[in-house]
Amino acid sequence: MNVVPVNPKTLGSLSFYLSYVAAGFPSPADDYAEQSLSIDELLIKHPSATYLVRASGDSMIRSGIFDQDILIVDRAVEPKDGDIVIAGVDGELTCKYLNLAKRCLVAANPAYPAIPIRDEQDMVIEGVVISSIRLHRSCTRS
Amino acid sequence: MYALVDCNSFFASCEQVFRPDLRNKPVVVLSNNDGCIVARSKEAKRLGVPDLLPYFKIADQLKRAGVSVFSSNYELYGDLSMRVMNTLSVFSNTIEVYSIDEAFLGLNGIPAKTLPALGHDIRHTILKYVGLPVGVGMGPTKTLAKLANHIAKQSPKCRYVCVIDQPERWHKVFAKLPVHKVWGIGSRLAKRFADLEVYSVLDLIHQDPEKMQRLYNVNVARTINELRGVACFELEEHPEAKQQIFSTRSFGNKVTDCLSLEQSVSQYASRACEKLRKERKLVKTVQVFASSSRFITNYYSRTVVVPLATATNDSRTVCHVARQAVRKHIYRPSVPFARAGVGLVELLPEAPEQLDAFIPRQGEASKTLMQTLDQINQRHGRIFIASQGIDPYWRMQRNLKSPAYTTRWNELPVVKT
Repeated sequence: MNVVPVNPKTLGSLSFYLSYVAAGFPSPADDYAEQSLSIDELLIKHPSATYLVRASGDSMIRSGIFDQDILIVDRAVEPKDGDIVIAGVDGELTCKYLNLAKRCLVAANPAYPAIPIRDEQDMVIEGVVISSIRLHRSCTRS
Repeated sequence: MYALVDCNSFFASCEQVFRPDLRNKPVVVLSNNDGCIVARSKEAKRLGVPDLLPYFKIADQLKRAGVSVFSSNYELYGDLSMRVMNTLSVFSNTIEVYSIDEAFLGLNGIPAKTLPALGHDIRHTILKYVGLPVGVGMGPTKTLAKLANHIAKQSPKCRYVCVIDQPERWHKVFAKLPVHKVWGIGSRLAKRFADLEVYSVLDLIHQDPEKMQRLYNVNVARTINELRGVACFELEEHPEAKQQIFSTRSFGNKVTDCLSLEQSVSQYASRACEKLRKERKLVKTVQVFASSSRFITNYYSRTVVVPLATATNDSRTVCHVARQAVRKHIYRPSVPFARAGVGLVELLPEAPEQLDAFIPRQGEASKTLMQTLDQINQRHGRIFIASQGIDPYWRMQRNLKSPAYTTRWNELPVVKT
């Protein structure tokens, strides 16, 4: 019999096949045991360079980012044309489309004008938005 | 070769990561209970804000000069420190985390010519990935890497990277550096060196190591060898498991009633037991102490050592012991207590070993309860042992603390969309 010490902390990510070893027939699925899926693995490529931030406002509505969504921001990747980025503008963190051809930050809402990138010193791209998370039902942890 | 990487004005720089408005502005961070200034951004240093000055003496002046002031935000600093260390580990298989904001890297087998470029790469990567500026010093010994790091930060033309690969070529620079800048040579030792007319780093290099060992200690001799390029200190990748665990605090307000003092040690006992369980250990002897401020005329301090009948990591047992020690042996009605603490001083491994077969251990039920407590605390913030008190007036004051940006769901940085 294979005895696996189970640490309650890692229980959530352990395959549950492992716990059915006591009696009766062995599970036919045992030979196919795999790691269960992890949201972190899917969305976070560079854990030490990834920050979570909270969106506030309606300027990115047409990109699917709504007020109070959580954004996953990766600082490690190079920003490309058309990425949604986080930038420091006038001392404030803001989230917009990056348009390199026109050298500006563009909202996803026609009510907001584009913000020209004049001075690299003045506007620092902080990171690239990889994903946004919206809760469709309130959840105790956020 | 070794590299010493450390973050520039670490606490102050952490405060600037999510606040673009504070970049290139004067920022200072205060110690526990907002007592003293413990970190200054380079702009604050340039303004002449002194280090380690009591905050209340200078609060008005800072306000007028437009300096942003923060309480220590250890939740944030701890998380960013971990990110820095993880990012550094990409550059080397051997890394010694030396403190919250610095680490030694082992760099064997890298051609000397490419070291400056590697240094700038490390600096650029940490700045981009984590958002923190670092300085990089490299040398054939840890002591030289540390000294190179000091030079990297002092001399503007280094641009925060300095490589000392042949120490004998640096003697001109070493002649100008005061000896107390050397790792392990404190200002006290430096004062004693004055008897031998040793003032600069170069003066120390020219001393005979054996003589210095006789006059001072073996570490001085080793340091001289290290400054000459002979490695004597190795990387300590796996620091020895803790032999003792302490949880100590200064109070926000003076404590004069017995119940509050009991509640405080009860809280520190819980905290210490949490660490104990993380290290998979049990405690055999508990130390409890409390004292008044050192600066009052009737300075009072008591320490009680309590051997336990059963080795345990159950918060309830240790809280109980700590409260009893306060009630029976430490508390005095006339004393304004300024700090208290709990030390777990004799530790055993949790898994029984043959040698310890005669020491009784705690039961399974208590183990399960404590595991559950730790899990809940980790996921949902604090649940308490009742004796800790709920909102005590003696709790540490951090009135100017920034949000725990990276560790709490309801304190995430806000971006304008």
